[in-house]
Amino acid sequence: MALTNQYMQEKLQEKFGDLVSNFEESYGLLSFEATAANNLKVLQFLYDEPSLQFQFLTDLCGVNFPDDAGREISVVYHLHNLTENIRLRFKIFVPVAAPDVFTSCNLFSSANWMERETYDFYGVNFVGHPNLKRILNVDEMDYFPLRKEYPLEDQTRIDKDDEMFGRG
Amino acid sequence: MEEDNHKILKDMLAHQQHHITLPEGSIEKQTTTLNVGPTHPATHGVFQNIMELDGERIVSTEQTVGYIHRAFEKLAERRPLYQITPITDRLNYCSSPINNMGWHLTCEKFLGVQTPKRVDYLRVIIMELARISDHLICNSIVGVDTGAYTGFLYVMQYRELIYEIYEEVCGSRLTTNIGRIGGFERNFTNTAFEKLEKFLKEYPKVLKEFENLFARNRIFMERTIGGGAISAERALNYGFTGPNLRAAGVDYDVRVHQPYSSYQDFDFTIPVGKTGDNYDRFLVRNQEMWQSLSIIEQAYKKVQAFKGADAEIFHADVPEYYLPKKEDVYTKMESLIWHFKIVMGEVEMPKGEIYNAVEGGNGELGFYLVSDGGRTPFRLHFRRPCFIYYQAYPELITGGMLSDAIVTMSSLNLIAGELDA
Repeated sequence: MALTNQYMQEKLQEKFGDLVSNFEESYGLLSFEATAANNLKVLQFLYDEPSLQFQFLTDLCGVNFPDDAGREISVVYHLHNLTENIRLRFKIFVPVAAPDVFTSCNLFSSANWMERETYDFYGVNFVGHPNLKRILNVDEMDYFPLRKEYPLEDQTRIDKDDEMFGRG
Repeated sequence: MEEDNHKILKDMLAHQQHHITLPEGSIEKQTTTLNVGPTHPATHGVFQNIMELDGERIVSTEQTVGYIHRAFEKLAERRPLYQITPITDRLNYCSSPINNMGWHLTCEKFLGVQTPKRVDYLRVIIMELARISDHLICNSIVGVDTGAYTGFLYVMQYRELIYEIYEEVCGSRLTTNIGRIGGFERNFTNTAFEKLEKFLKEYPKVLKEFENLFARNRIFMERTIGGGAISAERALNYGFTGPNLRAAGVDYDVRVHQPYSSYQDFDFTIPVGKTGDNYDRFLVRNQEMWQSLSIIEQAYKKVQAFKGADAEIFHADVPEYYLPKKEDVYTKMESLIWHFKIVMGEVEMPKGEIYNAVEGGNGELGFYLVSDGGRTPFRLHFRRPCFIYYQAYPELITGGMLSDAIVTMSSLNLIAGELDA
């Protein structure tokens, strides 16, 4: 039997009950949320359970929702079951004041740099990571640039002198 | 006499020690530290590796990446969708059209835009040309690093033909910004098709000759077989995709597993290797070029089958995202409004999130787009294949020779622009 989104949802709810929530399907991809403390258990279950077998970590990245108090930082995992050819999106949310998430390096070697990248840009502290330091930015940087509190220059501002740009 | 020498040496050392302070433990150390990069003549791109060598064997290595990081993901948060295309050019710049179209396909899927078949086929032609040019560079560079420069210079002429086709279609060569959301900015000219025909006619002979130069070449085989090998299991765990994963024996190809741009209409096979070493990677890329050629031929036939008005279709009807014709902007109110809204970036996107992937030159190129209903993405993340698989490099080269490490690096098809985003 081909693996379906509905089956995956039932299986996860059966195993984790209230710990997993917010199931939704967008563009055919099942997406759900788990509590941050249980991310490893969910990943391990998805990896080991014979009928699920999500053993390929496609992508791991962070997202910042500054207005969502207590859930400002999100870590998003995209998993892929290559034999059944079905994808899954799994999210956890942590407060920006204590962005602690367990590392998935022991499960996926590929998570190492992706977690370092997420740390680099969002400051997510991956607990247990073997080498959690900046990867793309300089080591001396003391802020996490992809957080929404650092806006790019506003291109609609009016206080710029047009003369400097050959206009006006 | 011997004692005298000893004394001289001792004096010299004592003298030196006044001027030079060596790092602690460096005299007793049995291994050599070698800094390869960031801009080393043997690495093609900006990669730094601090290697610990025992003679010529690599004991360990520490990679540094990020030298050409350009904050693409941050930049994308302030740009309307169509302005993000030029950013994608600069990821894997050996096959920019695939990135451009991957991005357009993501936007189209997100916005629910249906593209006409002719657009799909034209895109397939360009994407497969890009794949050939990407693999061509990679394979010929592997040749250069094993001491065969001729192949590289020879095939460069034929990459030029591909670039001329790009130029005819979109006006630029390397960072192409080719196409728009919904299709192409203009129809392919007859010159473009003539150039494509010329390429299809001349290239197979060249590829055959290139293959003959390397595939059974004793020196090449001995340099590449067994070097940088990885098992299928480890490759999957390291998130390998593309030719590197297929060389290890896993037949995963986004074009087949999640067909986009009508790839399901084409007949092609996925070449796989066995050992995942440098030689298998070379062979897989080589076979893929033959497959790409066959796909281009099929697509060209399909494109030629469109007659009359159908042969003039080169974009979908999406006024919100596809710039209207310039003469319409000057004469029609509707077009003027859309033109203004698009140029000023005033088109609002639906809310939602999407992950969409295409088979890039070196693996699964994914776009994770989160939209809060604004004019620009709330968050855009690029799944850059070589950033993910470059992690495996230390495991691939440890215990091997330094010169093999260089070949391994080229055969992984690492593109610094993509690695560092």
